[in-house]
Amino acid sequence: MSNFNYTLFIVLIPLAMFLLLGLQGHKFKKLSGILGTTGLGIAWILSLITAYQYFFVYGNVGGVFKPMLAYNSVWLQMTETLHIDMGILLDPISVMMLVVITTVSFMVHIYSNGYMKDEQGFARFFAFLSLFTFSMLGLVIATNIFQMYIFWELVGVSSYLLIGYYYQKPSAVSASKKAFIVTRFADLGFLIGILLLSFNTKTFDFISLTDIHGPAIACGAGASFLGLSVMTWSLIFVFMGGAGKSAMFPLHIWLPDAMEGPTPVSALIHAATMVVAGVYLVARLFPVYAISAPQGLEVVGYVGCFSSLFAAVIACTQYDIKRVLAYSTMSQIGYMMVGLGVSHYGGEEGLGFMASMFHLFTHAMFKALLFLGAGAIIHAVHTNEMTEMGGLRKYLPITHITFLIACLTIAGIPLLSAFFSKDEILTAAFHNNKLIFFVQLFVAGLTAFYMFRLYFRVFWNKEPHYHHTPHESPLTMTIPLMFLAVCSIFAGYIPFSQFVTSDSKPFESVMEMGIAIPSVVVGLFGILIAFVMYKKETTLPDRISTGFSFFYKWAFHKFYFDELYLFVTKKIIFRFISRPVAWFDRHIVDGTMNGISAVTNYVSFQIRGFQSGQLQQYAYVFVSGLVGLALVILYAFVK
Amino acid sequence: MSGNQFMFYLFGAVIVIFSILAVTSRKILRAAVFLLFVLIATSGLYFMLNYQFLAAVQLTLYAGGIVVLIIFSILLTSHISEKFEPIKPQKSIFSALAAIIGAVLCIITLLDYNFKAGNAIAADLDMTVIGKALLSYKYDGYILPFEVISILLLAAMIASIVIAKKIKK
Amino acid sequence: MTEGTPLTYFLILGTIMFFIGIYGFLTRRNLITILMSVELILNSVNINFVAFNKYLYPDKLQGHFFTLFIIAVAAAEAAVAIAIIINIYRNFNSINVEDADEMKY
Repeated sequence: MSNFNYTLFIVLIPLAMFLLLGLQGHKFKKLSGILGTTGLGIAWILSLITAYQYFFVYGNVGGVFKPMLAYNSVWLQMTETLHIDMGILLDPISVMMLVVITTVSFMVHIYSNGYMKDEQGFARFFAFLSLFTFSMLGLVIATNIFQMYIFWELVGVSSYLLIGYYYQKPSAVSASKKAFIVTRFADLGFLIGILLLSFNTKTFDFISLTDIHGPAIACGAGASFLGLSVMTWSLIFVFMGGAGKSAMFPLHIWLPDAMEGPTPVSALIHAATMVVAGVYLVARLFPVYAISAPQGLEVVGYVGCFSSLFAAVIACTQYDIKRVLAYSTMSQIGYMMVGLGVSHYGGEEGLGFMASMFHLFTHAMFKALLFLGAGAIIHAVHTNEMTEMGGLRKYLPITHITFLIACLTIAGIPLLSAFFSKDEILTAAFHNNKLIFFVQLFVAGLTAFYMFRLYFRVFWNKEPHYHHTPHESPLTMTIPLMFLAVCSIFAGYIPFSQFVTSDSKPFESVMEMGIAIPSVVVGLFGILIAFVMYKKETTLPDRISTGFSFFYKWAFHKFYFDELYLFVTKKIIFRFISRPVAWFDRHIVDGTMNGISAVTNYVSFQIRGFQSGQLQQYAYVFVSGLVGLALVILYAFVK
Repeated sequence: MSGNQFMFYLFGAVIVIFSILAVTSRKILRAAVFLLFVLIATSGLYFMLNYQFLAAVQLTLYAGGIVVLIIFSILLTSHISEKFEPIKPQKSIFSALAAIIGAVLCIITLLDYNFKAGNAIAADLDMTVIGKALLSYKYDGYILPFEVISILLLAAMIASIVIAKKIKK
Repeated sequence: MTEGTPLTYFLILGTIMFFIGIYGFLTRRNLITILMSVELILNSVNINFVAFNKYLYPDKLQGHFFTLFIIAVAAAEAAVAIAIIINIYRNFNSINVEDADEMKY
């Protein structure tokens, strides 16, 4: 065992930065960005060292990656066996997530130095970024499900703070509220799941929970409810929390609105890290899912599959570039969920798990790149609407190249990273569930189409009239772009199956050409359609959209889900539940309270005459009382 | 009826009648004068009981001192010719009721109780005896209360000056 | 000297005087007349003390001296009370007890 104590600093440095910048940020002004970035840089380097030490030096014991407790302390002792700890758990997925989070966060920090340069509350922004990074790191290294829940909520709070960063903008405020309330609602499910799970297994601890030979997995299988075992129910509830955070259908509505936040935030939180927390959560409990609740895993798979299709369709119709990316994110997370959903436990059967984690890793890189690129575009033309863009390749050469790389990656073009990860998900799906496989194949085509629709609209097409000539972003913004582009290209060559697998035992994954070739063909086909439709300005898109006007309108309005939720909440819940409850509160509960106070008030006013300040009245009461007492004592007691 | 008895009934009648007048008279100066009569009659009772020194003190201090003080303050704060408003009948009745019930109660209790008269020989009440007792610090001496009362009087004197003094604006 | 008038008579006289004083205290509105009622009450107590001393312990002087001290206290009290009354008169321009009711509620 090696000493991994320094991993504590990976978590504590961002926390320290948050406290420093949050409390004293106004003193540092522009320096606060550099401070935050430096802190994160150190955390990044430490994470890389951790990854190196874990994967190559100490982690692999007898061919298996053992989970290690780098640090642990009992925080709340509930019963003899049930206690909540605070600690650091190192295992393949948490170490991988450490690397992903710190890398993306570090890049976003650098990028923000340029992007947020002239904003009010520069220090506040960096303080929140640090808080977010801290919470996210705390989430992934959690040793037990309750610690995870705590950081899960912290992540939600920091997401809320960052979406609402432009708090003077009403749309940002409502978006932040929406994000918070929707994820909070989902977290309710998570909490119920935790309670059920811990009640049945008598432990919070991940290591004992996921020990497939341990008592925890066995003991939940007994009791059943509505045909599913209690274990399955609790895991479905847990997944509900994960679905809320990961914007899975039907809890996805907050993610597109969350794009109101600054673009670096979207890149960090709503593309690369926080939204994959749901995937991470399922992956974390994967042995439990796979062994004692396969139905729960099926739910995960179908939800992921439907979400990815649903989001991809909507993404084809949106004009706000950040929204397109948001739906794309949702779609890609759907892929990851599918990967988990079609996986089994152990060895080659666990291909889906490995692929899902792999895709999470590559997706973090290229989606962060896409968002940061979008940020650079927005920075240059000061709009989010792609109808007001076009022909930008001449003005933003670096952004153009990096963005193209990211688009090619997400489209699954061979030799780029997502090709490998997506292909493995498809392979796993093909072997387990043909329906999901074909849907995902179709989604792969859609993905290529909408990404290149975006790409051609923005960088080619007809050039609109710009108020001022767009210019390339400063170096602080382009360096992260270039770095992430390199990552996007080469991340696929990491032999992931050697490191991150469902049972922590490395295996060899092979590429199945029978699946790789169709997926590439579908991707290329999508790109071709986008090329025809959007390379030059044509009337073709309009004609198609009018041709399918009903369906198009439906998708354009995101299948009216926002309206549906509004209808349900406003028209049904508010009117038929909240109003009567409010009436009850106002009239019965408050009425009782007001009644008590009114009676007290009335009585006080009536009896305040006793305290009149009239000396003689007091004396009269005193004398008559004395006489009365004397009477009573003389004639009732004496004798 | 012996002379003493007669004197007692006389003084008693004077005290009761003038007390009632003192608390009911609607002219303030008259009330003060009625009070004076009550105090003089009380000193008469003291004379009757052979406490000459006490009677003299009662006359000089009460009748001569306090009543004069009261009359001065009346002159300072009231118009002589002014008559008080009549008391509200309700207030008057209830107060009288309380007083009468209390008095009857006390009297009944007094009449019930059988006092045993002491039959020791009356102490000599020469002025020298009183003076020595006042200044003695032996078993039956009163030097401590005497000193205390002198300090009280001094304090009262200073306090009344301070309280009654006009505050300079 | 004390034949024919038992102690009880003195005490009854004191009681009557005491309750007349109480009545005055309860009904009078002028502060000076209230003070006069208080003097009446003190006097009735004095009579009691003197009578007790004379009838029950004629060889002692406690009642006698107590009366003496009460007279002194009454003098002090009258002096302070009148000072207060004058001050009230200056502040409220009245020595009506019902007007001096600031210290309420």
